[in-house]
Amino acid sequence: MLVTQNKRTGFKEGFVAGLPLVIGYLPIAVAFGILSKTIGISLRDCFLFSSVVFAGSSQFMALNLLSVGAGFGEIILTTLLVNFRHFLMSASLAARLTHDLKKYIPLIAFSLTDETFSVTSFRQEPITKAFLLPLHAVSYVAWVTGSVLGYWLGSFLPGILQDSMSGAIYAMFAALLIPMAKKSNTILMLALSSGLINALLTYLQILPKGWSMIFAIVLASGIGTYLIKEEEVTENA
Amino acid sequence: MRNLFPLILGMLAVTFIPRLLPFLLVSERKLPQRLNRFLSFIPYTALGALIIPGVFSATPQMPHASLIGIGFACAFAWLRGGIIIPVLGSVIVTFFMLISKFGLS
Repeated sequence: MLVTQNKRTGFKEGFVAGLPLVIGYLPIAVAFGILSKTIGISLRDCFLFSSVVFAGSSQFMALNLLSVGAGFGEIILTTLLVNFRHFLMSASLAARLTHDLKKYIPLIAFSLTDETFSVTSFRQEPITKAFLLPLHAVSYVAWVTGSVLGYWLGSFLPGILQDSMSGAIYAMFAALLIPMAKKSNTILMLALSSGLINALLTYLQILPKGWSMIFAIVLASGIGTYLIKEEEVTENA
Repeated sequence: MRNLFPLILGMLAVTFIPRLLPFLLVSERKLPQRLNRFLSFIPYTALGALIIPGVFSATPQMPHASLIGIGFACAFAWLRGGIIIPVLGSVIVTFFMLISKFGLS
């Protein structure tokens, strides 16, 4: 009885937790569809990029490199660099997964994004499949649908509507972080220091694209393990 | 346009494998305590790096439009919490900031 009830509420929560991601993804996915059409790739390839690769920033980068005539090898290598931060996120999430999710690991790994990771990490309750699967499914469907919609009817959409939504992802990240930062200065310091390192490295442009973020995450988390006392961050254990 | 299928498969490999490997390596294994703590900090540090500096150029044609929208999201999340209202509210605020400058185009 209790188990089925948990399952049902988990499912609904996972679905609802995915809604802000839909608002955040749609304009970016639509932009991807529009750009695909602009540089002249087929609708099939646009769909395959979004449904098979499912990696936002890397997809834009690939279109960009394709349009300047870059080779496939170069694009694939850049994709690896741009998306390697997910290695860290997967490792962090893997340490918290419950046993019932083992079967779904390939599916969960495939559909892990910055946004689903953030939403999942800040969940206080155990991470169940009833929560995780709808969350990932909703964001995947939004991304793929948005890409195709953009390809089809992007040119009819008022640009200003899309521009207004381009801050939505940041609003979501901020809304996730703030309640945690309110409770704990340590969390605020972890996030701020990582953001500042990333800003500095991005500004200096000394690392290849994508690596500033990886470096910032590793450095700030690493320093944290030395500076932060055991009991200070316990919510996430 | 070239046949993009090999490219798409290659990109699948390099995005999927780094997302999958940690699950296979970490699951069901007792990790050293320091590594565990390192991993537990990643949600916060990742979020920081995802927000800064990208948030300052979300609407490049008028950076403060999205910043004020996100400011609303921050204020609402601070006072009331939640995700959906902060996100929707930030979109609406940004929308009005943009039409106040560029009109409905």
